Amino acid sequence: MRTRESTLWTWHLIAGVLILVLLGIHMFIMHLGDFFGTVEGDALAFSSVMERSRDAAFAVMYVLLLGAALYHGLYGLRTIIFELNIPEGAERVITVLFVLAGVALFLMGAYGTIAVYGARVGV
Amino acid sequence: MQDSGFRKNRLGLMGWLSGGRYGVERYAYTLHRLTGLAILVYFLLHVFVSSSRALGEGTWNTVMGYLDSPVFKVGEFLIYLAFAYHALNGIRLVATELGFFLGTPRQPVFPYSNSVKRQRPVLVVVMVVAAVIVILGGVDFLRAFPGE
Repeated sequence: MRTRESTLWTWHLIAGVLILVLLGIHMFIMHLGDFFGTVEGDALAFSSVMERSRDAAFAVMYVLLLGAALYHGLYGLRTIIFELNIPEGAERVITVLFVLAGVALFLMGAYGTIAVYGARVGV
Repeated sequence: MQDSGFRKNRLGLMGWLSGGRYGVERYAYTLHRLTGLAILVYFLLHVFVSSSRALGEGTWNTVMGYLDSPVFKVGEFLIYLAFAYHALNGIRLVATELGFFLGTPRQPVFPYSNSVKRQRPVLVVVMVVAAVIVILGGVDFLRAFPGE
């Protein structure tokens, strides 16, 4: 029988695979640029950051990565905390707090990405 | 009748420290969790830092100025190292979760084998790949080190 927890666990695995691909691309660009010539100049220079941020593929990738990483990370932390034999009431409170924190961080990060993509900030 | 109900985690966090009869995979599990926690802390800070680009070039350069120090560069490399381990070990965990590399059930005939031992070569392979990724990234970090 498929329980709610096993469904959440399956999503944890799926998010992990998604992160592997998206963060792999991110790391490839940011930290292996010298080897593979994926970035010209300083990858952290404001002009480089804005160039990537205004690319639709990067914007979509950042939002997907943000959502997947927040879910994977917060669900993982929740699992660790739950293994410490805390009372059931505390488990419910932690779940609600983590959902609220995750949604808030997602909205903040996604707003930053979408605002820059929408060219509301001048270079 | 045998109790098949939920059993509490009696050792708690102390269970992370000793592999006991579970062997090297228990330490891989502990390291997976520690690296996961480190990556989570870094990621939450990274969301705030990277969002500062929406406030303009001045804010971005100020934030980058704070982070352009040897301490942060070393910390960033440690996170990269944690990511390499967590990602590669995570691939192994997903694969074994789906039943790959564990072999089929067989009679307990001496010399005994079990699913944990059968997947152990995969653990070695993913750690070697992780080490290669760490070395490649390490050279890149050294090139980008402040003052270089």
